[in-house]
Amino acid sequence: MEGDIVQMGAYIGAGLGATGMGGAAIGVGHVVGNFLSGALRNPSAAAGQTATMFIGIAFAEALGIFSFLISLLLMFAV
Amino acid sequence: MAKDIEPVGLVFKPMDQFMVTPLFGDGPINWYTPTNVTFWMGLAILCVTLLLVVGTRRRAMVPSRAQSVAELVYGFVYRMVEDVAGKDGIRYFPYIMTLFMFILFANSLGLLPMSYTSTSQIAVTGFLAMAVFLTVTIIGFVKHGFGFLSLFWISSAPLALRPVLALIEVISYFVRPVSHSIRLAGNMMAGHAVIKVFAAFAAILAISPFSILAITAILALETLVSVIQAYVFAILTCVYLKDALHPHH
Repeated sequence: MEGDIVQMGAYIGAGLGATGMGGAAIGVGHVVGNFLSGALRNPSAAAGQTATMFIGIAFAEALGIFSFLISLLLMFAV
Repeated sequence: MAKDIEPVGLVFKPMDQFMVTPLFGDGPINWYTPTNVTFWMGLAILCVTLLLVVGTRRRAMVPSRAQSVAELVYGFVYRMVEDVAGKDGIRYFPYIMTLFMFILFANSLGLLPMSYTSTSQIAVTGFLAMAVFLTVTIIGFVKHGFGFLSLFWISSAPLALRPVLALIEVISYFVRPVSHSIRLAGNMMAGHAVIKVFAAFAAILAISPFSILAITAILALETLVSVIQAYVFAILTCVYLKDALHPHH
């Protein structure tokens, strides 16, 4: 009985942790959207900034990956 | 854990593909045991060697297909190092090229059916990220001595804020190898687990056509992701290298 409650809590926590990835999705969309709106105003400067965009995506995405990791830990390691 | 309950209906086992098994027999796994991870990493190194050494051996004036691909990748990574890490980062180009090619091929080989993605193991990516972290820290201290610590002391900020910012900078510096490794492993693991989940849906007759279409679409997305993740790993290495070479804000 007690183990069931613990496992239920772990699964609920895993589901809640997965919502954190939505934040990363918003962040990545924000980065790329702003990049595009800037790039369409000044297309000649866009090519030089693609690397910066990818760095921004990587940093925004890292936090979503952390929440994914928490979910995985709750599902398979607790 | 209630794992021994007999499952009813659909059987989802998306994480089974990441099991590490020994290549020969089924004994205990020690650090020297050749496993499927070792095998696929070795295959990735073999593919890199085939492309970059055997593919460019003829050094033709009019390049063959393999040679032009190799030249394209070389030029791409070279420009990336030059743009991000600066002119004095070119010295470390071989290291970043090695990282990029290895991760690219390990990711791409994992897309083959029945294959194993060695970069989905945190043990593999964690080692790569720790190696980058230690290299960059050592380069910083060798080049600048204790002046490297000015990376954490932001002189353009107001004096009252600097200790707080220094604390944040130190934390974000030490979290680098964690995010660096988990980004790669997590992306690879998540993508392949999603493919397996859709593969389980294909067992239901009514939705199997959609499921197979979805698997095809996700495989296309994963091809993109495996290239982008290799690129992101390499470019972040360049960013960290730039911080080590020019720590002054």
